[in-house]
Amino acid sequence: MKKYIFTILLALFLALGCSKNDEEFLDRPPSSILTQEQIFTDPSAVLSVLGDLYNRYEDFGRLDDWASLADFNIAYWSEAGRYPAFQNDGWGFGSWGIWNYGYIREINLFLERCEEATELEASLKTRFLAEARFLRASYYFEMVKRMGGVPLILESETYDFSGDASYLQHPRETEAAIYDFVISEAEAIKDILPTDADSKSRATKGAALAMETRAALYAASIAKYGATTPQVSLPGNEVGIPASMAEGYYTKALTAAQAIISGSAGAYALYNSKPNLSENFEALFYDKANNPEAIFVEDYKVGGGKTHYFTGWNQPRFGAEEEEGGRINPSLQFVQSFELLDGTYAPLANEVGGNPVYYDNIGDIFQGRDARLAGTVILPGTTFKSKPVDIWAGIVLADGSIVSGDSRGQEKTLPGGTEQVQVVGFDGPIDGLEFTAQSGFYIRKYQDPNTGSGRRGTQSDVWFIRYRFGEVLLNAAEAAFELGQPDVAAGYLNQVRARAGITTPLTGGDVDFDRIAHERYVELAFEGLHFFDLKRWRLAHIVLDGNPISEAEVTQNIGEATKRETQPYSIWPYKYHNPGDPNDGKYLYKILRLSRITGADRFQFGNYYSEIGQDLINNNPKLVRNPNQ
Amino acid sequence: MKAKFYIFIFSALLLVTSCSLDNFDEPNAMFSGNIVYNGEAIPVARNQVRFQLWQPGYALTAPIDVAIAQDGSYSSRLFTGEYKLSFVPGQGPFRTPTDTIFFELTGDKAMDIEVTPYHMIRNSQFSYTAGSVNASCAVEQIITGADAKTVERVTLIINRTLFVDANSGGEGSLAQVDAADLSDLDNINMSVEIPSDPKKPDQNYIFARIGVKIAGIEDMIYTQVQKIEF
Repeated sequence: MKKYIFTILLALFLALGCSKNDEEFLDRPPSSILTQEQIFTDPSAVLSVLGDLYNRYEDFGRLDDWASLADFNIAYWSEAGRYPAFQNDGWGFGSWGIWNYGYIREINLFLERCEEATELEASLKTRFLAEARFLRASYYFEMVKRMGGVPLILESETYDFSGDASYLQHPRETEAAIYDFVISEAEAIKDILPTDADSKSRATKGAALAMETRAALYAASIAKYGATTPQVSLPGNEVGIPASMAEGYYTKALTAAQAIISGSAGAYALYNSKPNLSENFEALFYDKANNPEAIFVEDYKVGGGKTHYFTGWNQPRFGAEEEEGGRINPSLQFVQSFELLDGTYAPLANEVGGNPVYYDNIGDIFQGRDARLAGTVILPGTTFKSKPVDIWAGIVLADGSIVSGDSRGQEKTLPGGTEQVQVVGFDGPIDGLEFTAQSGFYIRKYQDPNTGSGRRGTQSDVWFIRYRFGEVLLNAAEAAFELGQPDVAAGYLNQVRARAGITTPLTGGDVDFDRIAHERYVELAFEGLHFFDLKRWRLAHIVLDGNPISEAEVTQNIGEATKRETQPYSIWPYKYHNPGDPNDGKYLYKILRLSRITGADRFQFGNYYSEIGQDLINNNPKLVRNPNQ
Repeated sequence: MKAKFYIFIFSALLLVTSCSLDNFDEPNAMFSGNIVYNGEAIPVARNQVRFQLWQPGYALTAPIDVAIAQDGSYSSRLFTGEYKLSFVPGQGPFRTPTDTIFFELTGDKAMDIEVTPYHMIRNSQFSYTAGSVNASCAVEQIITGADAKTVERVTLIINRTLFVDANSGGEGSLAQVDAADLSDLDNINMSVEIPSDPKKPDQNYIFARIGVKIAGIEDMIYTQVQKIEF
């Protein structure tokens, strides 16, 4: 009997447990999902959605991927796992390709839903819409730079499950059409977006105009210089822009740049806050408090959940906050391309007539150069976070032989000596030892001087500047030069050069293509822009021609846009040890190519535009392949 | 016991027979030949020049890339079927046939593909003297008229292994030198010193070839690789 009691109880429980309110009981609003209605009635929720879209902005160079900022042999990568990048002979056709139509779709959905929203205040709504359009245009700009013309999808599309998806397959637009779209979007939204030079991480009028001037300039130079490489074009102009369109684009680039320069988009100016010009140029990138130069940035916040480790990866190894650092080692070619203060080019004077030049101080060889050099590169004999770096490769004896070590700061007994002395710097350079300054230099640009920035637990919140006033000036200079206004171009170049401490201003007659290219090379290095300059000028296959660089050649032709960049070279400081000699204790410099650099990069015609993957072509046979692939 | 035995036999039989049931046949036709001009193979850089084979009649069409070896030959193992052959525009130091070539493959097939190079290297001679490789050659212009292209540089490349070309970095080139004087294309002389590397064993031979870079064309045309003993 007893065992039935439980059965009966269970039956009763089941029977009485149900009630007529069950439907209400189960119908609960989800607590982890916001409905569209909930989002698009609350401005702060809309802003969070927009924030997600901002977060997915595509950059070519990124602070959280240090190598992306230092590619194309502008620097050696002092990390053992990265040496193969200097041992191969180029890049696959698929390199740098992007095709994130999922992102485009989500922006389109955002635009459609925000457009339908009725509860949002009108002024907020138009700003949100304009920001999303800015992001969409930015992504199309990024795609056209890498892939050429792409399908232009401006509304969300839905599959109808009919078994035939062909109506979702769109052919590629022409390259010019995508650039036109970017320019026209910028024109359309620039007056809707706020005119506010203090708003850096959200789209503003300044950001729209900066995007417009860059896009127009890229399109113009592809039209003009694309004529030199007819191989890099497609019959349908999905790649390649007719040369006749160059002038129109250059005019647009100049107009948009001048709109920023004139102040109509807000009080933007060159950053000029510190008396020391090198420190000033360095601070341009980390000073977030009062920076009129930054126009549009990716911002970070320590303690706010968004940080990057750029400083940790690249801090000088000696005295580093972690047992690593020193990865980006700017090349000799890059360092020597900084002009002397009178505006002339000169190689680093390490030898005169085959004899070494002895310097009293280790940094003297770099004296009297463009202030941007010391602002971009950590040179031997300088400091970072108030700690001196210890970069010297060894001791040269009287007979020319070298005593050096294979670990950082190693000590040895010199011939004729009795005590052990240090024979190599704590920052190297030691050939093949990762994290030491193997080219003789570390990078300074974008390094964070705050304590803890090089610690994994803290990291850095230096922002990444996507558009800045300095680039706008250089865009204006290039456009003006190409439009036959060299005096105007010289004026813009001189503003940038004066900030770098160059004393001799350029005249219109001095401005030529090499000048423009050189100024962009030194001013905008390590900002993810050099690669696209090489591509749009159709110089990439010339400077990256797959031929090794000889030692005789490396110090030649400084400042020429076509100078070979297939391999990074190094210049190492040595101490001279010869007691009794007047040069004893002085420093001399030797140029070398590191033993790990065995390849020479070759940029093929098929690299100009990234390969559209076979999977994409299978899904959409209307896509035309890029040239030479 | 007996049942277990049968299960074992049965599964073993299943195992050995099922592969042939649900697998495709392996490609069984060998397609090979040379890229030729007047019957002479055109040497190029290894894996740098390629053409594409397309098999029409399928819903998804992806090309089969066939790379040309450094002696100008190629080979590809394919399925029986119909193919069309086309060159990617801009590939190779030659003008390619403008027409697509159709062919049917049933068994092994050898086919030479006739192309017209912009230049050919003639009378190449290599010699060794005192640690250096000397070479001489003449460059003959084949395509003249409106499509003619000039010679950008003539390079002598040496390597320790059989693979010699100017584009594979240290893998293909131990040392290389450009001809200093291109004024007389019938008589070009170059000399390159063999660099010594204490980390590698001595060898009493070296491989060399001459490459010609034609202005506006990415791929270089070469001579056949020559083994030089000393």
